[in-house]
Amino acid sequence: MELLSGADMLIRSLQDQGIEYIYGYPGGAALHIYDALFRQDEVKHILVRHEQAAVHMADGYARATGMPGTVLVTSGPGATNTITGIATAFMDSIPMVVLCGQVASTLIGEDAFQETDMMGVSRPVVKHNLSVRHPSEIPEIIRKAYYIASTGRPGPVVVDIPKDMTAPNERFEYAYPKKVKLRSYNPAIRGHAGQIKKAVDMMLAARRPVIYAGGGVILGKASGQLTELVRKLGYPITNTLMGIGCYPASDKQHLGWLGMHGTYEANMAMHHSDLILAVGARFDDRVTNATEKFCPGARIIHIDIDPASISKTIDADVPIVGPVDAVLKEMLALVKESKEKPDAEAIASWWKQIDEWRAFHGMRYETSPDVIKPQEVVEMLHRLTNGDAFVTSDVGQHQMFAAQYYKFDKPNRWINSGGLGTMGFGLPAAMGIKLTHPDDEVLCITGEGSIQMNIQELSTCNQYKLPVKIINLNNQALGMVKQWQDMNYESRHSHSYMESLPDFIKLAEAYGHVGIRIDKKEDLEPKLKEALAMKDRLVFVDIQVDRFEHVYPMQVARGCMKDMWLSKTERV
Amino acid sequence: MRRIISVLLENEPGALSRVVGLFSQRNYNIETLTVAPTEDETLSRLTVTTTGPDRVIEQITKQLNKLVEVVKLVDLTEGPHIERELMLIKLKATGSQRAEIKRTVDIFRGQIVDVTSSVYTVQLAGPSDKLDGFVQAIGASGVLEVVRSGISGIARGEKVLSL
Ligand SMILES: Cc1ncc(C[n+]2csc(CCOP(=O)(O)OP(=O)(O)O)c2C)c(N)n1
Ligand SMILES: [Mg+2]
Repeated sequence: MELLSGADMLIRSLQDQGIEYIYGYPGGAALHIYDALFRQDEVKHILVRHEQAAVHMADGYARATGMPGTVLVTSGPGATNTITGIATAFMDSIPMVVLCGQVASTLIGEDAFQETDMMGVSRPVVKHNLSVRHPSEIPEIIRKAYYIASTGRPGPVVVDIPKDMTAPNERFEYAYPKKVKLRSYNPAIRGHAGQIKKAVDMMLAARRPVIYAGGGVILGKASGQLTELVRKLGYPITNTLMGIGCYPASDKQHLGWLGMHGTYEANMAMHHSDLILAVGARFDDRVTNATEKFCPGARIIHIDIDPASISKTIDADVPIVGPVDAVLKEMLALVKESKEKPDAEAIASWWKQIDEWRAFHGMRYETSPDVIKPQEVVEMLHRLTNGDAFVTSDVGQHQMFAAQYYKFDKPNRWINSGGLGTMGFGLPAAMGIKLTHPDDEVLCITGEGSIQMNIQELSTCNQYKLPVKIINLNNQALGMVKQWQDMNYESRHSHSYMESLPDFIKLAEAYGHVGIRIDKKEDLEPKLKEALAMKDRLVFVDIQVDRFEHVYPMQVARGCMKDMWLSKTERV
Repeated sequence: MRRIISVLLENEPGALSRVVGLFSQRNYNIETLTVAPTEDETLSRLTVTTTGPDRVIEQITKQLNKLVEVVKLVDLTEGPHIERELMLIKLKATGSQRAEIKRTVDIFRGQIVDVTSSVYTVQLAGPSDKLDGFVQAIGASGVLEVVRSGISGIARGEKVLSL
């Protein structure tokens, strides 16, 4: 057997795990590891400008590919800088492994230079964390970390590595474990057959059914099964912000997404339904509105890999714990062989009702002859990229407009921080995607507030030639905050202005990129085309959009699903 | 309703902090908590008593089960079970009080485990309400110090919580 130092074992384990890219930032406690990295070229390291961005890069990669991302940072500030990124991944169940240097085990607890209790600090925002207590454990710990991160309900795993565990002078036998077994961790591999049968019977008997799909469908790689089942049944489907793309948005059975800024027809259909099939969704408060008023006439079937997601906020009548792809496959087989068929008449009249809701208020906004509306920018981008780009976003009005008006037909293309709502996510996430998808269009639709939270990464983009397109919907305000202040605080705009904005064009140029400013409506299309035509350049497109626009529909706070503002003046 | 949840946990550093962290992070209530290694030294047995509506209790057991280091758990209050708590209590014991206390200790089937000229230290085991009853019977003015272990529990009959 080969003898390797802890640091070399760590890097070899990454190689054997098939890791191609890691994102990180060096420092004292991680230097043995960085030296091991230097002496090989299989695992490529991307040097970011802030550790938070390394985590979002790994996250963007994971969301686009379904594979776990990998981060490497040093102890203390390096580790604490990753926390927002880890929490972001945790809330959206994104698989990743974060390797953190730590002070030598002999110094732990002595307030040594750059010592932080990363196990303690990260504990509430990780799926699990592991600490290395002997160098020889490294291969097994790395194997475990990836296994835990990417199975069951995925999530981030932190590995804390004291510096002496990676010392170059001590060598140990290296073998990468082929399998891991954890007696205390056994994610479900299939759903309960009886429950599935019961669910299918209820589905076939439903008169006003809705399928409500979430991010779990995308994480569980079950879009194919879901689409087939929904088409077979002919029922309406809506999805959450995280589920965007799990079913083609251009299909007529798709009602758009639901919840706080969901479509009128999706929220109406949910409220009036008699049966909800929830798939890989978690009845989040941004979806349900007031839980006690949630969908009064609906019985609920809930499929999720995580039993704790079921009946957490809304009680399920038929809970099914299992991987969504396997459960949907079984459902589909049962639907196909069942003698019962959906009640054609009931379903037709349900569709008639839904079509009326659609006709009453589809997604729409007021256009203006001279002011650029953020929604029209997104619609135009959709057209110019044939609806086939990877779109990352930050948090705010621009995020909602991007999700509402870019119609995604494929999963893994809409990449946003839905659960934590992390401003600063968009650019690094786009970078992580572009790195591994060089031939695909990668757009970061952002706002002038959010982009400045990780703007330093323009430098990383220059170093690694990452030609993402930054679409800055510049409304000169923390627009979403301002919207809430308009609606709930009599327009007292407390600290929601972005005064003294930088000249984004010069800033982009200073980092070696191209900047394009668009402030006239007639320039919008030609300049967007010009930006998209520059395939190998990062283009920062700063678009001056309507400063007073609000996102609609918007559910009325503490109401039920169907209580919505449809514009500044219409409330239903 | 009060619940007693018994957990088999990997006996590893940090595992306990995950359990305790979970309770504070999700705003669950801990009334008592006891933990010690089992006959299999790779496992710890933890007993936590908590209160809350059924939905919350269901979440507690699910969230505990989700912790990677939790091997198995059972809500003992769902079936017949035995629960015990240990109390060590130091009492003022001078003059005529001494005989009086001795009598009360006997009634409650406790033991006097340490004696000085002015103090008795009493050991008492039993269900928590029996311990409460003893403290009440003695009266607050006589009590110098109380240590309670928190509840340990086990199912009645054949049922066992093991690997
Ligand atoms: C890190 C972080 N801090 C604060 C917030 C609260 N927040 C939500 S949206 C928003 C405004 C975002 O402004 P901008 O990026 O310009 O987007 P806009 O709403 O104007 O489109 C803020 C401050 C957040 N989501 N994330
Ligand atoms: Mg803005």
